[in-house]
Amino acid sequence: MSIDFNKAVGIHGEALQLRAERTKILASNIANASTPGYQARDIDFASRLQAATAGDEAGGLALDSGEPQYRVPYAAAQDGNTVEIGVEQAAFSQNALDFQTSLSFANLELKALARAINGQ
Amino acid sequence: MSFKQISQIAGSALAAQTVRMNTVASNLANAQSAAGTPEAAYHARKPVFAALPATDGVGQGSTGMRVQVLDVVQSTEPMRKAYEPDNPLANEQGEVFYPNVSPVAEMTDMMATSRAFEVNIEVLGRVKSMQQSLLKLGE
Repeated sequence: MSIDFNKAVGIHGEALQLRAERTKILASNIANASTPGYQARDIDFASRLQAATAGDEAGGLALDSGEPQYRVPYAAAQDGNTVEIGVEQAAFSQNALDFQTSLSFANLELKALARAINGQ
Repeated sequence: MSFKQISQIAGSALAAQTVRMNTVASNLANAQSAAGTPEAAYHARKPVFAALPATDGVGQGSTGMRVQVLDVVQSTEPMRKAYEPDNPLANEQGEVFYPNVSPVAEMTDMMATSRAFEVNIEVLGRVKSMQQSLLKLGE
């Protein structure tokens, strides 16, 4: 029996990568909070993760499939900018916490593996 | 993982907000500088921001967008005219022209700028801690 380290961390590796990708998009939104005409974007995490894991089973990596979608603002600014800084900050901080969570889960999986190797 | 791009994005926003703060400081500093003609008077300056795809150096298309300062444009609002015959700069009608700077608008702009700057610093801090905890994976 062989151990596949890629599979050892389960879904959390892909989740981490998606979280990092989402961090980038949310950071872009925050950075462009005062750029006229900039439209805030975000990714649909659930469907992207599903696509990523489905791609895994099919033998290919589907992480980069699916473009980010545009956010619908509560009240659009007159200059065409749709970034609402409060919304973005909340999403960013939630995403950062989710990243830490995925990281903890991945860590637990690795620790379990280490225990199994040590025969504890 | 694309932490480098995130730092690039937040960094570009910091640079853009610094330019904006520069124009605010310049506008406020020159708000009371009179001139003899409307053309010679100081014109309020404003940066023009644009979104630009962040690249990772490999030339790949990216979902991240950084901020770019396209230009700093001068305001076309009319100058504030004042009757000051004692002013050495006054024209034959005894008029001087004050810059088209609105101190109230500049102050609100300054607050928005410093808030945007802080938020981007926050982003950098969060990304740093994310990267650091990722390095501790498996310990």
